[in-house]
Amino acid sequence: MRRERGSAVTSRPGTAEQRELLTAADVARTVVRMAHQIIERTAPDAVVLLGIPSRGVPLAHRLAERIREFTGTSTAVGTLDITLYRDDLRRRPNRPLAETMLPEGGLDDALVVLVDDVLYSGRTVRAALDALREYGRPRAVQLAVLVDRGHRELPIRADYVGKNLPTARDEEIAVLLTETDGTDSVIIRRAGS
Amino acid sequence: MRHLLAAGDLDADTATRLLDTADRLEQALAGREVHKLPTLRGRTVVTLFYENSTRTRASFEIAGKWMSADVVNVSAAGSSVAKGESLRDTAHTLDAMGTDLVVLRHPASGSAHRMAGWISAHVVNAGDGSHEHPTQALLDAATLRHRLGSLEGRRITIVGDVLHSRVARSGVTLLSTLGAQVQLVAPPTLLPCGVENWGGRNSPVTVSHDLDAALPGSDAVMMLRVQVERMHGGFFPSAREYAIGYGLSEARAALLPAHAPVLHPGPMLRGMEIAHAVADSPRSAITDQVRNGVHVRMAVLYHLLSGQEDRQGSEA
Repeated sequence: MRRERGSAVTSRPGTAEQRELLTAADVARTVVRMAHQIIERTAPDAVVLLGIPSRGVPLAHRLAERIREFTGTSTAVGTLDITLYRDDLRRRPNRPLAETMLPEGGLDDALVVLVDDVLYSGRTVRAALDALREYGRPRAVQLAVLVDRGHRELPIRADYVGKNLPTARDEEIAVLLTETDGTDSVIIRRAGS
Repeated sequence: MRHLLAAGDLDADTATRLLDTADRLEQALAGREVHKLPTLRGRTVVTLFYENSTRTRASFEIAGKWMSADVVNVSAAGSSVAKGESLRDTAHTLDAMGTDLVVLRHPASGSAHRMAGWISAHVVNAGDGSHEHPTQALLDAATLRHRLGSLEGRRITIVGDVLHSRVARSGVTLLSTLGAQVQLVAPPTLLPCGVENWGGRNSPVTVSHDLDAALPGSDAVMMLRVQVERMHGGFFPSAREYAIGYGLSEARAALLPAHAPVLHPGPMLRGMEIAHAVADSPRSAITDQVRNGVHVRMAVLYHLLSGQEDRQGSEA
């Protein structure tokens, strides 16, 4: 059974069944590195960072903040809710919708970087690509994830990976961010624990 | 939530969730050339209308189509109903065709409840007699939320033919659930018995026959349609007299606080229930209501048709 991506947990780091893989300092360092990579690979194009709710959104804002710090130019940030495009809507309890906010200029001819916390099956990204098509025609689309945990079910890969974390299917990766969870951390645990 | 039959089916959380979903859907579609979401692809929605309707029916059809559901319209005139088929047989026929959801409008109060017990498809009540019209209540609440921010503690005045109005009944229930104080203003002949208790124990409904006195303290006013087709007898002497006592004229609208919007579920009888100038003023939220109606119905379809089938929802 697939678990919710990066679902929030009441974290008790250090208990036998769960381990902290990235500390707050690691997360900060990783975001900085990803920001540098994005600058290297996209300059001089204008980039639109599109966060996928919920935790892709604060990550997109953090990346934009770092990019502004390093280059002095501001990057457009938006959010793209993909719930209505999911392929598993009928297999789960009803899902609430999150906000979709596109930057002023829209997406036409922009270089869009999708931002999410965990890359797992790839189905979220597929849904995001479907959703993107309805909002405009970007020049190119790239993908940035904080954690790639493997187990792809679709031919999708990320352009920017903060950390590759090999996992078993019955393990669960939880990305915690200050904006949504009060702390920065990446935790691995046995499903059901 | 398996069916939406009455505004009382919705607790504050569920109603708020539906309204939030409607806002998100509006946002998801804003500024797009293509009004199409893939969410309900392959689901079949039948609108079954035994009464005339323009906006409710079109609104449900558009809501379904924008979410990629297949929408089939059946109306009593021109169907087997005209040949004498019973509601129950029609329901079973639609069910046997694999319909996922039936939107029912029927002149008999309680018909949607009956239908929900007969078939396996979801049922949405789009107006049953003078009983309930929950999606109208939702779209009114959505419109008021947009105009007023929140409904908590707001004083909403509903004016007109309360006796025959399913809009009023559903509206009072839902607005009270969402924390509003509802005041009904109508001629004594058009007020049903026990109307004081509609809002439940926590938010009793106040009743008045004096519109001029009620308007200055209102955060919003909802005009009702005078349902002549349901009136068998003289409920008021003449249309002119009704307009003098309970019509929203320009002079009356000026009594409202500046922030208070005017709502009307339509179709409106201009000059009788509401003056032309008021209906077309910036205060009027009537076209907003229609626009919100589509998003609210999309939200209802989404909540009923997506998600796991066996889920019974929180006790509402």
